[in-house]
Amino acid sequence: MALETRPDPLGPGIDVAGSVIRYREAFNKTLGDELRRDPDVFIMGEDVAGGAGREHLGIIDSWGGAFAATKGLIQEFGPERVRDTPISEAGFVGAAIGAGLTGTRPVVDLMYFDFITVAWDQLLSNAAKNRYMFGGQGKIPVTLFARSGVAAGYSAQHSQNFYSIVAHIPGLKCVVPSDAYTCRGLLAAAIRDDDPVIVCNHKKLINMSSFVPDESYTIELGKGRYLRRGSDVTLVGMSYTTEVCRLAAEILAEQGIDAEIIDMLSLSPIDEEIVLESVTKTNRIVIVDEDTPRCNMAADIAALVADKAFDSLDAPIKRVTGPHTPVPYSKPLEDAFIPSPEDVVATTLALLKA
Amino acid sequence: MEITPEKLRWIYTTMYRIRRFEEVLLEQTAQGKSMGVAHTSDGEEAGPTGICAHLTDKDWIGSTHRGHGHCIAKGVETAGMMAEIFGKYTGLCKGKGGSMHIADFTKGMLGANGIVGAGIPLAVGAALSAKLKGDGSVGVSFFGDGATGEGTIHESMNLASVWKLPVVFVCENNHYAESTPVEYAVSVADIADRAASYSMPGVVVDGMDVFAVYDAAGEAIARARAGDGPTFLELKTYRYHGHYHADDPHTYRLPQEEEVWKARDPLPNFERRVTEQDLMDEVEMERIRNAIDQEIQDAVKFAEESPLPPLEELYTDVYVNYPNSVHGLR
Ligand SMILES: Cc1ncc(C[n+]2csc(CCOP(=O)(O)OP(=O)(O)O)c2C)c(N)n1
Ligand SMILES: [Mg+2]
Repeated sequence: MALETRPDPLGPGIDVAGSVIRYREAFNKTLGDELRRDPDVFIMGEDVAGGAGREHLGIIDSWGGAFAATKGLIQEFGPERVRDTPISEAGFVGAAIGAGLTGTRPVVDLMYFDFITVAWDQLLSNAAKNRYMFGGQGKIPVTLFARSGVAAGYSAQHSQNFYSIVAHIPGLKCVVPSDAYTCRGLLAAAIRDDDPVIVCNHKKLINMSSFVPDESYTIELGKGRYLRRGSDVTLVGMSYTTEVCRLAAEILAEQGIDAEIIDMLSLSPIDEEIVLESVTKTNRIVIVDEDTPRCNMAADIAALVADKAFDSLDAPIKRVTGPHTPVPYSKPLEDAFIPSPEDVVATTLALLKA
Repeated sequence: MEITPEKLRWIYTTMYRIRRFEEVLLEQTAQGKSMGVAHTSDGEEAGPTGICAHLTDKDWIGSTHRGHGHCIAKGVETAGMMAEIFGKYTGLCKGKGGSMHIADFTKGMLGANGIVGAGIPLAVGAALSAKLKGDGSVGVSFFGDGATGEGTIHESMNLASVWKLPVVFVCENNHYAESTPVEYAVSVADIADRAASYSMPGVVVDGMDVFAVYDAAGEAIARARAGDGPTFLELKTYRYHGHYHADDPHTYRLPQEEEVWKARDPLPNFERRVTEQDLMDEVEMERIRNAIDQEIQDAVKFAEESPLPPLEELYTDVYVNYPNSVHGLR
């Protein structure tokens, strides 16, 4: 972890101290920062510490979360604030909402994004609607995080990315970091936000590294970023598909095509301006979403462009998505499910020929 | 309870088959042959074996992420299981499910399930079908100690009780849910005590002793078949390996604890009992073990040599009937 200074990735050109660390380390560091910053913040979830109740045997922090997301935190903050739960998602997500309504700021580890449906009624009927139904009396400063995405044979029930079911619900927010830097800023912003926010951590990003400033910072919810400037086509990524777009843009560059990449970062609220600004310039857009195609985020962004930037389009809006199927297990089928850089390149080339 | 000589042989064969399958699978997984995560059940063989000894292909079981033992005890063939875990087209689910999703409907195995607690209502549904059709079959739901934290178990037990369904709830209490000890996550010392709230018998069973499981299961299944409603069995047992293939259990439990359980291993336990009572001899048992060793080796070979699924399989089996394309929008 060599310390260095680099331009602040989102900043106004000043250098900041930091280091190249993995996504999961950035995540863990941010949880620590927020627990330290605000005594009302606490974390709960299955095995967030692990080996619960065995301090007398010298066992503490055995798992530290399924992906070491919470490793080490119980040692600093204790079992009241880093709280292992029974396997009761509906119960503890509901309890988080109740705790949030009454003065604490719960952060919940759902482990896999797929398990959100076990707690769905609590999110849909309580978290999303409480404030509205009761005329703005309460607030629900709850953060949920989970691993999402297709990878490594996790198969049909542990691979899903249905961000759109969250974004669909008025009252819920959803962020999709794409690297260690955005993970840190978005997680801090989510925890400090007074509304329920779901943070999706794609499995393929978790061990990837990038430059992260030492000082704590937030990235505004609802703001996307340009990952690459270009003039021929706009590629839109979210979570891991931002990386897919980056790889596709490299291949396209070799063929003399200059792609612009937008990294959405937030899906609700969503940065409409950045999409419209870019497509107005490039006149072509390819939206890459690993989710299944019906009613997904790519469809939503496509509708936005059709609605508000139709006149600037030189070609049809294209989506590159997973198929309308569950996620298969066997590697070649799993590979075929995932939108690849090659798929994005092929779609873009076809678009440019059109 | 009386056990025929054939049943005794079946019990030993089944327990040893589960043991070898899991051990060999772990070796194969370490060599990168499995395409995903594998949750093994060695140590817990007596449970599924003693239960399924009373079932036929017409009875249904619901399973969990730790489902290999349930499959094998229900008569599912090991070659198709191994091929499934290797992601091959000859797998029981064409390579589309993997270790966490093995099913064989021809054997009454409703499928392993990756969502904790999600398999429980399925067995209740099977029992509901059985009751509506009056076909005398039963539903058996396997689930872990950790799964009793989910709402589905409580809702399912109440449903089964008020409708007097022919179902048996089998809680395999292996004392851990991932790294979380049962005494932390469950509010009662004996999970079987939960049964009283739903007006059904709740029985604590030594899950390392296949004879004890066989007896308790015999009663529960007879009760179900007789139309007297559900029973809850809690099998006290232990998983020998980590939660999944790459988990090191020593981060949350002591080796001394493992030794205590391994001293009660269901296989030697069985061997001792049958030799003492002159029911089976070592020669016969060795013959069984050799045959199974060969079977599992053949299963690996079959899995290795089998083809991968063709890409078109990505798009099949989503629906029975669907006029729109399921291909992606790329
Ligand atoms: C709804 C849901 N929550 C969490 C998980 C993650 N998970 C998988 S297995 C497991 C532990 C299950 O424990 P138990 O029911 O005791 O079964 P065991 O693994 O001991 O056989 C957990 C928490 C999951 N798969 N599904
Ligand atoms: Mg368990």
